[in-house]
Amino acid sequence: MRGPSGRTLGPMGLLDRLTRRAAPVAPLVADLRAALSDDRVRVDGAERALMAKDASVFGGGVAGPTCFPISTDEVQAIMRVAARHDAAVVPRGAGTGLAGGAIPLGAPIVVSTGKMNRILEVDEANGVVWVEPGVINLDLSKHLRPLGYHFAPDPSSQAVCTLGGNVANNSGGPHCLAYGVTDAHVVAVEVVLADGEVVMLGGLEAEPVGYDLRGAFVGGEGTLGIATRIAVRLTRNPPAVRTLLLSFAAVRDAAETVSAIIAAGIVPAALEVMDQRITVAVENFVAAGYPVDAAAVLLAEIEGLDDGVDIDAARIEEIGRANGATDVRRAGSDHERELLWKGRKTAFGAIAQLAPDYYLHDTVVPRSALADVLEQVYEIADRHDVVVMNVFHAGDGNLHPLLLFDAREEGTLERVHAAGAEILRASLAAGGVLSGEHGVGVEKQRFMDELFSDADLEHQNRLRRAFDPVCRANPGKVLPMGHSCADIQALRSVPTEVWG
Amino acid sequence: MSTLTITDPVLHEFAADVGAEGPVAVAGGRTRWSVGGALDDAARVVSAPAGIVAYSAPEMTVQVRAGTTVAELAAELSAHGQRTALPERGGTVGGAVAVGENPVDVMGRGRLRDAVLQVRYVSAEGELVTGGGPVVKNVTGYNLPKLMTGSLGTLGLMVEFVLRTNPVPAASRWLSSADADPSVTLAAIHRAADVRWDGTTTWVLLEGHGPDIEADAVRLRDLAGFTEVEGPPPLPPHRWSLSPADALALPARNDGTSVVSVGVGLAWSDQAQPDRVVDAGVAALAARVKHNFDPTGRLNPGRTVG
Repeated sequence: MRGPSGRTLGPMGLLDRLTRRAAPVAPLVADLRAALSDDRVRVDGAERALMAKDASVFGGGVAGPTCFPISTDEVQAIMRVAARHDAAVVPRGAGTGLAGGAIPLGAPIVVSTGKMNRILEVDEANGVVWVEPGVINLDLSKHLRPLGYHFAPDPSSQAVCTLGGNVANNSGGPHCLAYGVTDAHVVAVEVVLADGEVVMLGGLEAEPVGYDLRGAFVGGEGTLGIATRIAVRLTRNPPAVRTLLLSFAAVRDAAETVSAIIAAGIVPAALEVMDQRITVAVENFVAAGYPVDAAAVLLAEIEGLDDGVDIDAARIEEIGRANGATDVRRAGSDHERELLWKGRKTAFGAIAQLAPDYYLHDTVVPRSALADVLEQVYEIADRHDVVVMNVFHAGDGNLHPLLLFDAREEGTLERVHAAGAEILRASLAAGGVLSGEHGVGVEKQRFMDELFSDADLEHQNRLRRAFDPVCRANPGKVLPMGHSCADIQALRSVPTEVWG
Repeated sequence: MSTLTITDPVLHEFAADVGAEGPVAVAGGRTRWSVGGALDDAARVVSAPAGIVAYSAPEMTVQVRAGTTVAELAAELSAHGQRTALPERGGTVGGAVAVGENPVDVMGRGRLRDAVLQVRYVSAEGELVTGGGPVVKNVTGYNLPKLMTGSLGTLGLMVEFVLRTNPVPAASRWLSSADADPSVTLAAIHRAADVRWDGTTTWVLLEGHGPDIEADAVRLRDLAGFTEVEGPPPLPPHRWSLSPADALALPARNDGTSVVSVGVGLAWSDQAQPDRVVDAGVAALAARVKHNFDPTGRLNPGRTVG
């Protein structure tokens, strides 16, 4: 099966049937240009080709006109034009999503937040910073550093991913173990709804009145509207940090150490496991100082005050050794610590030297089940003749099996998808869930009914429809098609004579 | 182990009890009914089942039915050196989640909303629905637990939760000073669990490793003469929710009868907080949510989240 982009789609061939090759048409583009400006509404082939994809393996996207608004008013104007033309709208940050959430289905208007990238106000008295959605995650933390703060969620893509994307995906990152994922940090969010209404969800009050629509919006994957201003919590930089690197002769020992640390009542800032295949690749790539002879390493970080971090570091070392750690090293300097983290966060970039394509999975299992599920992951990959590497947020039970392949080899992607499906089912069977931080997008829709009942999905759709009754915002995502009839309608409502 | 099939017969009995027709309300300990208005007389009142279903201390999660008292859950968690973000002021777990108030020491225990990992409720149609999932990190689908927390049972009658638990810190200590600037105090401590101020006196709850607390206590003594105390006095009866900056202005405005949770924005006063205004656009969105989940308005009629 090959999609419009020429890429093999495997089981995602469904997208072929829902997408059309299309050229934006004059009246819609003219109205958008009238609302913004000529140069900020682009319809050229290169722009649309770029917008058709994100960082996932999924093809099949077809972008309509791409808009680059610079204000809430302009986003509102786009939504109103979209309503007038009955066109769908897909918001887009940096396009680093791994579940296909930003892939435009049915040639919708693509709204890039790239030009809304101002840090608006640091409000220390209320403990928040207001940003526009296009602000880059790491830029925000760099901006806050001189004031003694940072933004806690730190996805591996933080050097490029945007706050708007973080809100849409409820993004995580290594340090979310202690600090919580994005929804724990979003205090208020201004949203342009699908009908063009602008609402402020949440607020600076300790407990805003009414339903927690802010909490419902975060993680909505762009299907509930477009965030145009976001207030996130200022997280204080810790006075003391200890970073430990524990080596193990078996992946199981590393996983069991993680379970034992959690069971001992220690909540480190981060607990990350990398298997040997990953550490070897990382060492070749950035020479971060990881041992290449260990079957797995555990990167543990503790933050707090001087005495407490030493107490916890000692206990983690003790627990590690009791669970078979062959070596325990403490980062002796900030430089060494930064190198270790650079290695962890560039792990996915390091993979490029090994294979032309990779598929990064994302499931969560109970932390006590980590070792068993990991063993199954290796077994499943072997059986499907796929190379798997594991680098993951172990402290949260958040697995990231990385399947390496070469899409040019006939039949490879089918094997990768088959292995991926089995990994998902193994996680569900262990009492886990489909996604810890990447979202559902187009990737996991077809597995949703293995985690949720019909009634559960119907209720999720009720929430979706309250925000967007006509399914104008990012149609065809999150809920499986059978549970979101209006989405199918929205995709099919794009008249073929208009869209070519 | 999948959440797909709910096997607990007790939950199905509750769903049958709620049924699919007629106004119905759920009552727990009735300790928080000052919030959200009076229930319509016509509503039939049901009770959610009680009991801790599964508690895995090493996993730091607990599955608990809504009718369980907060005290019973707290005692069970405490026996394993853990606690959760439910305010420990009586009532049931279901009532506490339905009202959605944070614990007073929210900086130490965490926000209630962040602790509700999975929720099960009976819908207006009488069906059992699961939102969220039983693990500590989850972005699979829409976030129904967030929507349900603080919904006063107006979108579904909650029957069971999976809550995140946390270790009880190794040590804790209250300090106070009548000569401290509350904001400076908050900034001086890396992670205070609670900082309260009544316009004159500041109280600080330190939690963590013993040596860290000792270091913080020395820091606070040097800063503004803080000394160790048993604990702060009882809070005034009326709970306010403000921005952290606005809350600091309350003690002066309310003539010395208010206590503020510094850096959080909660406050307690002998006067009730004036009604808070909801923006019309947000109210319209909330009305659509209510309509979609409870089109006939049969769930907890008369109660409203504002």
